[in-house]
Amino acid sequence: MKSSASNTYFLQGNEACVEAAVIAGCRFFAGYPISPANEIAERMSTLLPKVDGIFMQMEDELASINAIMGASWAGKKTMTATSGPGFSLMQETIGWAFMTETPCVIVDVQRVGPGTGQATKCAQGDVMQSRWGTHGDYSAIALSPNSVQEMFELTIRAFNLAEKYRTPVILLTDETIAHLREQVTIPPLENIRIINRKKPEAEDKAFFGLEEVAPMPAIGEGFNVAVTASTHDEYGVRFTADPSVHTRIVRNINDKIRNHADDIADVESYNIDNCQVGIVSYGCTSRAVHEAVEEAERKGIETGYVRLKTVWPFPEKAVKRLAQAAKKLIVPEMNLGQIFYEVKRAACSAEVIPINKIGGGELIAPEEILAEIERGNP
Amino acid sequence: MMVEAFSPRKYMRDLKFPFCPGCGLFSVSDAFLRAVHELGYKDLSKFVFCSGIGCSSWVPSPYYIGDSLHTLHGRSIPVATSVKLVRPDLNVVVFGGDGDIVGIGLGHFIHAARRNADVLVIMTNNMIYGMTGGQVAPTTPLRTKTTTTPYGSFEHPIDAARLAAAAGAAYSARWTTAHPNDLRKSIKKAIQTKGFGFIEAVSQCPTAYGRRAGFKDIGEMLKWFKESAIAVEQSKKMSEKELEKRIVVGEFVQRSRPTLVETVYAMIEEAKAGAKQN
Ligand SMILES: Cc1ncc(C[n+]2csc(CCOP(=O)(O)OP(=O)(O)O)c2C)c(N)n1
Ligand code: SF4
Repeated sequence: MKSSASNTYFLQGNEACVEAAVIAGCRFFAGYPISPANEIAERMSTLLPKVDGIFMQMEDELASINAIMGASWAGKKTMTATSGPGFSLMQETIGWAFMTETPCVIVDVQRVGPGTGQATKCAQGDVMQSRWGTHGDYSAIALSPNSVQEMFELTIRAFNLAEKYRTPVILLTDETIAHLREQVTIPPLENIRIINRKKPEAEDKAFFGLEEVAPMPAIGEGFNVAVTASTHDEYGVRFTADPSVHTRIVRNINDKIRNHADDIADVESYNIDNCQVGIVSYGCTSRAVHEAVEEAERKGIETGYVRLKTVWPFPEKAVKRLAQAAKKLIVPEMNLGQIFYEVKRAACSAEVIPINKIGGGELIAPEEILAEIERGNP
Repeated sequence: MMVEAFSPRKYMRDLKFPFCPGCGLFSVSDAFLRAVHELGYKDLSKFVFCSGIGCSSWVPSPYYIGDSLHTLHGRSIPVATSVKLVRPDLNVVVFGGDGDIVGIGLGHFIHAARRNADVLVIMTNNMIYGMTGGQVAPTTPLRTKTTTTPYGSFEHPIDAARLAAAAGAAYSARWTTAHPNDLRKSIKKAIQTKGFGFIEAVSQCPTAYGRRAGFKDIGEMLKWFKESAIAVEQSKKMSEKELEKRIVVGEFVQRSRPTLVETVYAMIEEAKAGAKQN
């Protein structure tokens, strides 16, 4: 993929993710086999060595996520990919990444849970886990693509956000998008914006918490960097005696995301100021929304939507605006109600109606959304 | 040739170790830094330290002047493995306790030995979960009283040094803090060996082990180490029953087989050559 012109390919979602990761600069991948994420590791194992990158299949997901931590501190852009059971195993280390401000990308291809659930069937049950999966106080970034093209674009964005904010970023996709085959246009490489982490100057010594996003040295560059997920001072030295030190670093890892929610939270919206009914959706579920909205408009019901390309931080402003116009908001999800409660919180007085479907991987159909749009709108 | 005198402070930040008085970890650190000194390293710029959680994991980080990654409990080995893969030019050394390395982290330990990952693991075996207050560990000798085995432990302990050798380590040795010279020499050898190196340092934890197990003082614990130590060669002639109360010391393996860095980088060269041909 060297050409300087736009190129169009026919790819699977998981494949598009790998192409994007390599373009974004990912040079270390570690993973453990799991459906429906396997194609990511498989393609990575082919592509990475050709660009002097390292691919490792590790003994489990704990090893995988920890390997990408080491590689990130050794200076590489890193990624792992998994599904619910593996994502659960990774949670402790994701907390390590928040606390040590380690950039990395974690792809969670959602399948039916809890437990082993249904290994090959689509679901959206990990939305809250991607926000609150590890213990303590932190602010997560999770992106939700709804097409193969977006799998490409949001993977690039995931790396850029990870590098810009020195934080783990979750690409929260699902079995449907991961296995979908569609056309993808890859723009000329020089037109793709790539962000790299801020490196320290030779005399820098403080790498944690004094600035919103402190420069990040790599191991072996002579900075004698100490890295720990215990409460630490700006030099990385464990310091648990003073609550104000803890407050400073933990507030900072939250503020650096919250204060830039407008930069991070990205949505696609349609007719949000003039609709009677609004729909809030994300990922695979949102693919049924276009058709439902078209049909509703044909029937004379003004309908608008907000599609969350970023689920965390939750795009509150866009949803609030939708709720100001619409009397009723509909939230279709392949779970028993997760983003629903966020929408309810943001919607103030508007009525919020969930549409939920779980197990079996069958998507919510446009007709089901349409029926809910029409209810009470003769 | 003028040899500079050894001083641990040369390698250490101006911070005090957090260990209890008489803890064997002082000896483990001393043996390591002496080994580094004797190998001619003036500083630790060619080293990276990875450790997990536990008293033993505090040896390098943040005390040594060098890069250190203090990882989660049990997870230092996969972190070290990837650091070494990205920076094969650096010596990657893991410090950890027996709970950290062969309790919660056992899977990683075996796989690193199998892969012959080019890292050195220095495991301080105090036969107890020290930091959490003295619970039974997978290394605790049978019938020992701990906070969670008030009637004596009822499980067989793990033999980490032998396990490393069986799993594929390039070098594996066990000594005790009563054998400081042997320990130092083995660490030197392990640093110079390519591939997975393992050092098990049997060590006294007077606070969480010694007291409860009935040792009067540290001297008694060191005496126990000295008297129960038996060389690997000699141990081969003894029965399992005879060895039950002994600590087998010495080298368990020293061999050369392709290391993970070698096989990964050879594969990368092949992939790149193949890509050019196509
Ligand atoms: C996942 C997890 N479980 C439990 C703990 C609690 N914990 C802290 S240190 C430790 C054991 C330390 O024992 P060992 O590794 O043998 O080191 P020592 O303190 O004896 O040197 C445990 C269980 C933890 N930090 N993380
Ligand atoms: S508890 Fe035991 S291992 Fe930990 S510092 Fe004290 S003596 Fe050493």
